[in-house]
Amino acid sequence: MEQRWGLPLVAWPSRLRPNYWDLVALPMVFGTIALLAWGGLAMSQRYHVGEVLPIDLDPWRLPAYALRTVLRMAAALVASLVFSLAYAALAAKNRQAEKILIPVLDILQSVPILGFLSITVTGFIALFPGRLLGVECAAIFAIFTSQAWNMTFSVYQSLRTVPAELIEAARMYHLSPWQRFWRLEVPHAIPSLVWNMMMSVSGGWFFVVASEAITVSGQTILLPGVGSYIATAIDQKNLGAIGYAVLIMLVVILLYDQLLFRPLLAWSRKFRNDSAPDEDNARPWSLIVMQRARVFDLLQEGVLALNRAVDAVITGIVRRRMPRGEPKPPAPWAEYAYDLILLAAAGGGLYWIVAFIRASIGLHEIGWVFLLGLLTAARVLVLIAIASLVWVPIGAWIGLRPRLADRVQPIVQFLAAFPANLFFPVAVVLILHFALNPEIWLSPLMILGTQWYILFNVIAGTTALPAELRLAASNLGVRRWLWWRRVILPAIFPAYVTGAVTAAGGSWNASIVAEVVQWGPTRLRATGIGAYIAQYTAEGDGPRIALGIAVLCLYVLLFNRLLWRRLYDLAAERLRLD
Amino acid sequence: MSDVAIETAPRAAASAAPPLLRATAVCKTYRTPDHIGRLVLDRVDFSLREGELVAILGKSGSGKSTFLRILAGLIPASSGTVEYRGRKVTEPVQGVSMVFQTFALFPWLTVLGNVELGLEAQGISAAERRRRAVDAIDLIGLDGFENAYPKELSGGMRQRVGFARALVVNPDILILDEPFSALDVLTAETLRNDLLDLWMEKRIPTKGIVMVSHNIEEAVEMADRILIFSSDPGRISAEVPIAAPRPRVWDSPGFRQTVDHVYTLLTTVPGRDGRRGAKPDQIGIGYRLPDAAVQQLSGLIERLTEPTYGGRADLPHLADEENLHMDELFPLLETLQLLGFAHVSGGDIELTPAGRAYADADMLTRKQMFADAVLKHIPLAVHIRRVLDERPGHRAPAARFLRELEDYLSEEEAERVLDTVINWGRHAEIFAYDYDTEVLSLENF
Repeated sequence: MEQRWGLPLVAWPSRLRPNYWDLVALPMVFGTIALLAWGGLAMSQRYHVGEVLPIDLDPWRLPAYALRTVLRMAAALVASLVFSLAYAALAAKNRQAEKILIPVLDILQSVPILGFLSITVTGFIALFPGRLLGVECAAIFAIFTSQAWNMTFSVYQSLRTVPAELIEAARMYHLSPWQRFWRLEVPHAIPSLVWNMMMSVSGGWFFVVASEAITVSGQTILLPGVGSYIATAIDQKNLGAIGYAVLIMLVVILLYDQLLFRPLLAWSRKFRNDSAPDEDNARPWSLIVMQRARVFDLLQEGVLALNRAVDAVITGIVRRRMPRGEPKPPAPWAEYAYDLILLAAAGGGLYWIVAFIRASIGLHEIGWVFLLGLLTAARVLVLIAIASLVWVPIGAWIGLRPRLADRVQPIVQFLAAFPANLFFPVAVVLILHFALNPEIWLSPLMILGTQWYILFNVIAGTTALPAELRLAASNLGVRRWLWWRRVILPAIFPAYVTGAVTAAGGSWNASIVAEVVQWGPTRLRATGIGAYIAQYTAEGDGPRIALGIAVLCLYVLLFNRLLWRRLYDLAAERLRLD
Repeated sequence: MSDVAIETAPRAAASAAPPLLRATAVCKTYRTPDHIGRLVLDRVDFSLREGELVAILGKSGSGKSTFLRILAGLIPASSGTVEYRGRKVTEPVQGVSMVFQTFALFPWLTVLGNVELGLEAQGISAAERRRRAVDAIDLIGLDGFENAYPKELSGGMRQRVGFARALVVNPDILILDEPFSALDVLTAETLRNDLLDLWMEKRIPTKGIVMVSHNIEEAVEMADRILIFSSDPGRISAEVPIAAPRPRVWDSPGFRQTVDHVYTLLTTVPGRDGRRGAKPDQIGIGYRLPDAAVQQLSGLIERLTEPTYGGRADLPHLADEENLHMDELFPLLETLQLLGFAHVSGGDIELTPAGRAYADADMLTRKQMFADAVLKHIPLAVHIRRVLDERPGHRAPAARFLRELEDYLSEEEAERVLDTVINWGRHAEIFAYDYDTEVLSLENF
């Protein structure tokens, strides 16, 4: 028997014996561990508010700063991962919890990310008095808020769409709830989770840079990192230093892509249900190292053993506590009572917010803030329109040339990830040089980093257009304007809407940093709700920050409901290509 | 006496033993939005004795799949009980394994991982797991594929993994949910024979098998007993014991006779007032219209008028010739009957004069004949047309009729029936439908 089934039986011990791949892998593992230790140590440094952490513009210090930034990103990513699994599991498994968790998530998604920073930083500092950890936590939390929500939505969607037969199989073969979660539900969620993680991190670089220079009640705290380096460079009007920062950011994003997301994406394909083996099965070099080196097997065995141990404990507790059989649905009166309590809590919350804002702000100013919101909304809409006019034809042109598209897509993806705020100083210099009107010329900064989503999606949508449809169109002699109107525009519409939604969301978020821009002592300001929030965050005016964020949030929700949701439905109903 | 005996008593030895699995008066009601509840299973009694292989046949919507899941403990019965060896079944029990229609393999686990999963959940040690999984894989003929992922395998190999996973836990009872229906004909036959060999030679410890099937020949070949489910609500309408020794030959006269008999039972619907046969004038607005496309109906009528058939065909023969399985053929048969284009009785179909006239007509006349038949025999279409005629703008939202249908049918079925009638109505030009606004109207006529 053992001879016949040799491979699986004897593979056990030899799998854990080291091989040459470990020569590459071991430094990777120990490097990561050392980096984590160093970062943790640096973060727990003593610190008192008011103290100034010196940021050195010497380019040789930049790699160390970049490492700190990278660690912040990683910490936020881990936090987002844990949060998304826990939150989504709760929402998907408990109907009572779902009623409140999902709408809350929808609103959290539309709160401006830098708004979270304004609100939470004081609290975090109070949590760890005398340590830098509080400020670090606030920055990490801000990055977390830029990643967690869409990751959570993706997990929630996945948990709701586990194929019924797989659930039945899991029940037939008596998997415990814990086993079911880790062996069925999480693996099912992995492909879309990894994809969303990648998109989130790509958007997150912008906020890392923005959240490292935090201003609390008039005092600026500079956390060592690329963002602070840039803030200092802006303060000292040092264009050269900004150039170095751009360069190091380039390297960091490339490394993240190569070392983390390429292997993750390739690995996540394993969890997809596609029956046909994937065409582009090229595994990135980093995944090959990880899969061949024994040290990763060892790590994996360790994690699995831990999971099994936890499973045994949890299953033991659950079996003892819970009676067998289906849980009964709650009585109707209990559900009504629960709904009533929710409504009362929501009403109370609303009343409290209104009271908090009204205590120090007059109706007149509230009206003015709504007007500011309208101004920013107008900017976002006009910018999206202009970006669409530019990028849709270009994207379609590229998408029709598959080989060019293959080469352009990674570049566009990279451009979307690149923190556009690094280029803001350049814009200021230009505006000052040509004496331009900041009300108009600061606006493009809002879409500088987010326009790429439109281009990316248009290219992807065009590439997906079946060759037969293109041939049919040319066979019928459909050309020029008719071709645009009847063939390509409807075909790319669903992809375009996805891109435009992402771009618009990003632009709203960017407004807080793009409507007020500094260069040395010079400060350019455009009138809008972003500038309003930025101003009162700097001054530490709680009610006004709350008002600004609430209004901005309201506008985003309104836009989502009235515009984007409808376009989305239209795209899903009528213009799908399947 | 032919080699397949019909309506003989079950083997005496089998009936003496206590049943492995017993269902008593099982009912299942699904809650509807208006809280009335819709009955899908009505007092089903069933018992599986040791050494028995029982097949369940029925049209779609007869609740046979639901019943199978109640037996497995996957869904609770609304009333009535299921007992496994005298113990009540309220959740999946050890000793009962299930094989699924679309395999239900975990795509991220290898063949070995999938087979081991059930053992792992039972807390069996790694070495023991490995040994038993390898044995099961060996038994089912998957040697050499231990480390393959399901997506690398063909459908037949995947279902073998499904069987290995079910068998590795040494089940008393195997529950099979159309296990061969997602496979092509040849693959299905190989796998079926392999399973029958294991079962007949007692190389697996399994003592009883319940199988839902949509293939009549398959059921006649495999089963000791066939249960026929009728629809709306699902109940056992007939039982066909088959005592013939295995292997059974598909072409033998006895086999054909049994198949014919089962076809007759399946196409004969007990009438509502004691009469037999679904008479068109008996159906109401909420009747579950069969899912038949006009093009297929025309195709079948044309085929039946060809010299091979001459307007009359034996159903098993027709299904075989035209390569239609039960789920495809039965809706067509029912629709032709409903529209008065054909009669089905005794396992045969015969075109009516109307059906023959339809076959001879040109395209425009056919359209008119189809419209006349729909307006004469399909109350739902008549109802929709009347509402549209009465309304001043001759327009009505589809949702209005959907709500009406939901009084009789599940949400899903209601949508399907409305889609069907809209398709027929559009083809017959009885009414028009706008997809974007979801409004029915009399526009353009």
